[in-house]
Amino acid sequence: MRLPKFEYFEPKTLEAALNLLTQNGNNAHLLAGGTDVLVKMRNGRLKPKAVIGLQGIENLNGIHFDSGKGLTIGATAKLAEVASHPDVLKHYPALAQAAQVMANVQVRNMGTIAGNLCNAAPSAENAPPLMAMGAEVAVANLQGDRRIALDQFFRGPGLTAMEHGEIMTSIFVPFPVPKSGASYKRVSARCGVDIAAVCVSAWVALDGEVCKDSKIVLGAVAPTPIRAVGAESFMREQTWTQELIETAAALAVQESKPISDVRASADYRKKMVAVLTLRALEQAYERAIKN
Amino acid sequence: MKHHINFTVNGDDYSLAVDPWRTLNELLREDLNLTGTKLGCGTGDCGACTVMVDGRTVSSCLTLAVSINGKSVTTVEGLAPSGEELHPIQEAFIKTGAIQCGFCTAGMELSALHLLNNNPEPTEKEIRSGLSGNLCRCTGYNQIVEAISVAAEQIRDSEPEKEER
Ligand SMILES: Cc1cc2nc3c(=O)[nH]c(=O)nc-3n(C[C@H](O)[C@H](O)[C@H](O)COP(=O)(O)OP(=O)(O)OC[C@H]3O[C@@H](n4cnc5c(N)ncnc54)[C@H](O)[C@@H]3O)c2cc1C
Ligand code: FES
Ligand code: FES
Repeated sequence: MRLPKFEYFEPKTLEAALNLLTQNGNNAHLLAGGTDVLVKMRNGRLKPKAVIGLQGIENLNGIHFDSGKGLTIGATAKLAEVASHPDVLKHYPALAQAAQVMANVQVRNMGTIAGNLCNAAPSAENAPPLMAMGAEVAVANLQGDRRIALDQFFRGPGLTAMEHGEIMTSIFVPFPVPKSGASYKRVSARCGVDIAAVCVSAWVALDGEVCKDSKIVLGAVAPTPIRAVGAESFMREQTWTQELIETAAALAVQESKPISDVRASADYRKKMVAVLTLRALEQAYERAIKN
Repeated sequence: MKHHINFTVNGDDYSLAVDPWRTLNELLREDLNLTGTKLGCGTGDCGACTVMVDGRTVSSCLTLAVSINGKSVTTVEGLAPSGEELHPIQEAFIKTGAIQCGFCTAGMELSALHLLNNNPEPTEKEIRSGLSGNLCRCTGYNQIVEAISVAAEQIRDSEPEKEER
């Protein structure tokens, strides 16, 4: 049950962290809140020789909101801080909700959004709302910085577009355009505490009663969080009706590719994609008309 | 290589060298002999190892000891420093029968303290979600929920000046 032995580094600057990461090659592993890393190390799935803690890096834990521009979440900001941040609650309720319902109090006091994304579990709960709202992540390496759209970020379970030697520095979410709204819905066996069996996020932009644009993101029903692009394009430029969202929900089911595992059967997951997509669209619409 | 760290536990200063692969739970229980904090699952699921670091509850089984350098830790031993007079949360746990085997109790009480520090007047639902990271095999939770609302009332009554603000 003990952790395997490793060297530990706690760099004070991003540059020092990048140097350590490059010098130690594949033997190095980054640590943010540790709520995924330590669990994997404990059950022997991860045996890094060097662990590089990110918590000591200055100015990496901020949450900044600029009205008109958007929200920037530093890589080491805690889930609990994001979930309770007044600007996140006001302008990005779908994200606040995902960060608030996941895991439990202790894990939210330790874990980070960046860790949740970089860990790249198919069920990573912050991914659907962030993807739906058009988030980008900022990634640094020794050569410089680059930005990756979150819907291009996930490559498979545990796999992302980041390369070894790179560190995610922040997550950027654009300012919500007028008459747009986003929502987040999930089901799991043990209410909040358990990892989601299915989660769905929707984002819609309206022009009167016409759906100008929509995004529907499904979690835990494919090897990565996925956009239901067929359902999205079906809704575009259509008048908002009950029938429209019911059809979109049915299309989203067709785009999901769930497996059966300890949390739920594939069949149940498909049924829940329909239910949650419908509810997510309804709530996104409610928020859009008020925005 | 060992790392030299400075930190406080329940107000006492410590300065010592730790191996980086040791957890805060191991440090507290094995080096400092503070065995009130328990180890259950070791993977963040049960909450038996809950302690506070700089005023926020964490799972000590998923916290590296090196990471508490410069921080202050509160464990269940810190709730009743004299060992005689108990904290209102502890009194309430006894009074309402919220303790059976006691294995979950230290973690439950720290979670309760974190909750009441942030929300002195929680609803039943808020109490239950505040305890979402703590499992109890014995009580069925109802007495624990009751204990926390009793403790909340007790704490509010003993701090009248705060209420007026
Ligand atoms: C009891 C329990 C319940 C949980 N419940 C849920 C749940 O309901 N929903 C859910 O989605 N997750 C859940 N999790 C998983 C976990 O808590 C989250 O994924 C959390 O957000 C991870 O963040 P962290 O900071 O702890 O990541 P860490 O464990 O520190 O890191 C995770 C991974 O990301 C990498 N990484 C971290 N930061 C960076 C960075 N800045 N740049 C590059 N790579 C980086 C690490 O190297 C590692 O591979 C749960 C975990 C536990 C223990
Ligand atoms: S022992 Fe830490 S959560 Fe179970
Ligand atoms: S009293 Fe026995 S586990 Fe809670």
